Amino acid sequence: MTSEQLLQPQSGHVPHAESALSAPFWEGCRNQELRYQCCADCGQANFPPSEHCRICLSFRLDWMVSAGVGEIYSWTLVHRPVTADFAPPYAPAIVELREGYEMLTNIIGVAADELKVGLGVRVEFRSVNPDLTLPYFTGD
Amino acid sequence: MSVRKRTAAIVGVYNTRQGRTLDGQTSRSLAVEAVRGALDDAGIGLDSVDGITSGELSTTLIYDLRLGPAWQGFGFGLGMITEAAAAIENGMAEAVVLVAAQAGEYRDHEATAPWTRPENEFVASWGMFTAAEFALIARRHMHVYGTTREQMSIVAATIRNNGARNPEAVYYQRGPFAPDDITASRPIADPFHLLDCATTSEGGCALVVADVEKFDVARQPVYVLGSGFDFYGPSYQHPPAWDLTGRSGTDPNGIVGRRAADLAFAHAGLDRAEVDVLELYDPFSFEIIRQLEAFRFCPDGEGGPFVADGHIAIDGSHPVTTDGGTMSFSHAGTNPQMMQRAIRAVEQIRGDAGPLQVPEAHTALCSNGGAGALFTTVLLLGDQPR
Repeated sequence: MTSEQLLQPQSGHVPHAESALSAPFWEGCRNQELRYQCCADCGQANFPPSEHCRICLSFRLDWMVSAGVGEIYSWTLVHRPVTADFAPPYAPAIVELREGYEMLTNIIGVAADELKVGLGVRVEFRSVNPDLTLPYFTGD
Repeated sequence: MSVRKRTAAIVGVYNTRQGRTLDGQTSRSLAVEAVRGALDDAGIGLDSVDGITSGELSTTLIYDLRLGPAWQGFGFGLGMITEAAAAIENGMAEAVVLVAAQAGEYRDHEATAPWTRPENEFVASWGMFTAAEFALIARRHMHVYGTTREQMSIVAATIRNNGARNPEAVYYQRGPFAPDDITASRPIADPFHLLDCATTSEGGCALVVADVEKFDVARQPVYVLGSGFDFYGPSYQHPPAWDLTGRSGTDPNGIVGRRAADLAFAHAGLDRAEVDVLELYDPFSFEIIRQLEAFRFCPDGEGGPFVADGHIAIDGSHPVTTDGGTMSFSHAGTNPQMMQRAIRAVEQIRGDAGPLQVPEAHTALCSNGGAGALFTTVLLLGDQPR
């Protein structure tokens, strides 16, 4: 892959699930909002969603909207896809969000040889099929 | 701490044939062969067995082998051995068979093996599988400490060259490999190339743990001297971050297994220098570098130079994964390949490791897991009850 070729989002049958607990997150994605839980008692961000705050165990968790800005904590570039439904190469990464939590994502819109720890990134929502919008991240 | 005499020991081990595929075999046929083989090795009859541990299959096997009423274990991998030894030393059983096998469950190689693929909603959509999970850990270590591609290749070449000399390995006579051969193999999930990764295969294995005061066993008993189990959460459901910490704030996930090793050594009354062979779990090359640091065989960040200096070679100061491990010996399903680290340790301690025998191997450390899976477990085995 040359530096002119930018990493692309998936367009095939990406596996997806959703639960009562996570429904606000996926609804947010469909509305171009990156949502996360924040504890009303201790103020800590909480992601992935859970019934109680992982820090203070409070059940008073509010859904907030993240600015969707952060940096790459670690990354990989996958050449051998997990299933034939995924088109390689793709770049799973852990992104640290400014609000103080981290999430898995894929990096798109940058060249593979530009991936690095500390790269500033922002969320970019992409519809991979009519029912699913995923929060990819791209260079900020 | 009251010191109680150790009476439980591994007294029998058995590996079935291992192969990329074993046509005509089923997981059950291999399991039955392994149970018979391990009991024969121990010199104990099936009629004397009063406990079994085989993951989710324990209850089924108790019924189908007509072992009831019997103790059953719930652990996996190395934990099965600790659990069985504890059951025996607490008077709940006298002879426990530990068994696992896999055949015919992964033949469609268009996708990665089913047990490598997470189902969690915040993971699956990103095309994650074990190689990518462990790559995220390795990449962070490379960033922080400057660990190199070459150092990972030295690990993979070392372990694969052990397997190439092991007649029981799936990849017997496949090699020798130079580090450059590893780097030249096709990329899988950066920084990992194909030969950095475990293979997939089929096979079964079993161990017998028994009370050595109750049985006149056929072979040198191998004692469980210490154990440790460190978990950070469910595997493959959360970002595998090096810096993940719990409430204590100490020992991040990147060095998961340090607490386990410290506890195991303290319980055994052993020093690191007294360990003769390291049967480390090797799902990916980098994991060996990480475990050497986590278990304090070298300082933090120096695992790369440590492996490059030849310490881990079969004739080095810290020989690792002497059967060829999951890269070359076998990687069948989820459980057999974890138990097989202990089987190899028993072979080394008994002097049964053939061309790969480590001279004067009296004490071995075995491990399972890895930071990419958010857990690491440790078992210390030796030929004296201490």
